[in-house]
Amino acid sequence: MSFFGFGQSADIDIVLNDAETRKKAEHKSEDGRKDKYFLFYDGETVSGKVNVTLKYPGKRLEHNGIKIEFIGQIELYYDRGNHHEFVSLVKDLARPGELTQSQTFDFEFTHVEKPYESYTGQNVKLRYFLRATVSRRLNDVSKELDIVVHTLSSYPELNSSIKMEVGIEDCLHIEFEYNKSKYHLKDVIVGKIYFLLVRIKIKHMEIDIIKRETTGTGPNVYHENDTIAKYEIMDGAPVRGESIPIRLFLAGYEMTPSMRDINKKFSVRYYLNLVLIDEEERRYFKQQEITLWRKGDIVRKSMSHQAIIASQRFEGSSNPEKSQTQSNEEDDS
Amino acid sequence: MADTIADTRRLFSKPQNLNDAYGPPSNFLEIDVSNPETIGVARTRYTTYEIRLKTNLPIFKLKESSVRRRYSDFEWLRSELERESKVVVPPLPGKALFRQLPFRGDDGIFDDSFIEERRHALEQFLNKVAGHPLAQNERCLHMFLQDESVDKTYTPSKIRQA
Repeated sequence: MSFFGFGQSADIDIVLNDAETRKKAEHKSEDGRKDKYFLFYDGETVSGKVNVTLKYPGKRLEHNGIKIEFIGQIELYYDRGNHHEFVSLVKDLARPGELTQSQTFDFEFTHVEKPYESYTGQNVKLRYFLRATVSRRLNDVSKELDIVVHTLSSYPELNSSIKMEVGIEDCLHIEFEYNKSKYHLKDVIVGKIYFLLVRIKIKHMEIDIIKRETTGTGPNVYHENDTIAKYEIMDGAPVRGESIPIRLFLAGYEMTPSMRDINKKFSVRYYLNLVLIDEEERRYFKQQEITLWRKGDIVRKSMSHQAIIASQRFEGSSNPEKSQTQSNEEDDS
Repeated sequence: MADTIADTRRLFSKPQNLNDAYGPPSNFLEIDVSNPETIGVARTRYTTYEIRLKTNLPIFKLKESSVRRRYSDFEWLRSELERESKVVVPPLPGKALFRQLPFRGDDGIFDDSFIEERRHALEQFLNKVAGHPLAQNERCLHMFLQDESVDKTYTPSKIRQA
């Protein structure tokens, strides 16, 4: 009887086959702590070994089966009981029986689909993990190993700039422009604010990045706004005809890719909020959604000459000769 | 292999017209509350303040104006703005009812330091309110700032610019 402390028990340990070579990524947990987890992409195989170590060597361990599962699930904080599993794979490692000594089991989940990126937010969490379980009559022994999944996107074919004229009739007219509508996580927002009419006394202007996490559906939709960044772009009073440049490096901020209606459970969207503050602390603002995406660190060697030119064109490098020589160097090496 | 460096060159802008750059800004609005004067005798005394306005905003009919107003006129303006516009109107300095009670050691509401405090707060109030784009649309504000006297029987309306 295990609850007398005399029975046999076991410790489970999950080890990945490529633990030495696989990259780890930092991921913030619910309580704000940052931990490192093995990084996986969609379609990659998850394989390894499950070590079942008997607590008291020599004693037998009776069990109702040993299995390992690969699970991807969405957990809404206000509905903790219901985990929504969108990926659920299982491999049986041992039929019901007994273990006479510590044993290691191999497992492989081949080319596992991981459609969404791991996300830990204010009201929702999406995570992937391996769970090895030794089933027993009274209480199972299990161990979980969390992994982190990143979703990569390729350069968008269409990435138009955002350009708009807004204002208050006869008081303040501005034209704002951002060079793209889709930015990758290490991108730079290049833009400008052009003043067409200034009849108020502006003190300063800033640009904020706002993250909006939306959970729930229908009448129970809940938005959680979080200001990720506040960046002052102008200090002082502008006049008509002045143009204020914007250059905001995104790599310095902790952001995720935009997530649209993930499994119909939640969304994460990002907005640029242009805020002007006048002498009397009145705030005038214009919010604009942008799409964030994750760029892969693809080794250039494997890319064709054409693909290199195409991706550099999106970065706006103006010198076609320069890109030509770069790729020539790569072909030689 | 180095990542391509993002193009962070500034977006193109039209060069600014020199008149716009060095001319007077189109947001000039200055309001002074000064020269308190106590009028009348004994129990019917009251204090008026000079409201001087200088502006180049087209929404004001007069580019320079000077009127005299008393505290109750400010109270009227505040209640009109609260009712007619969506502006969150800042508070006025206090009514000082305490100071109006008899048997005080000082001059009550005609005390120099009290008048100065009130003058300063009324000036702050007016500057805050007159600079608000929504308040500028209200007839009551323009009447208060630029008309000879305040007609409390007026019909509230919005100013429309041609």
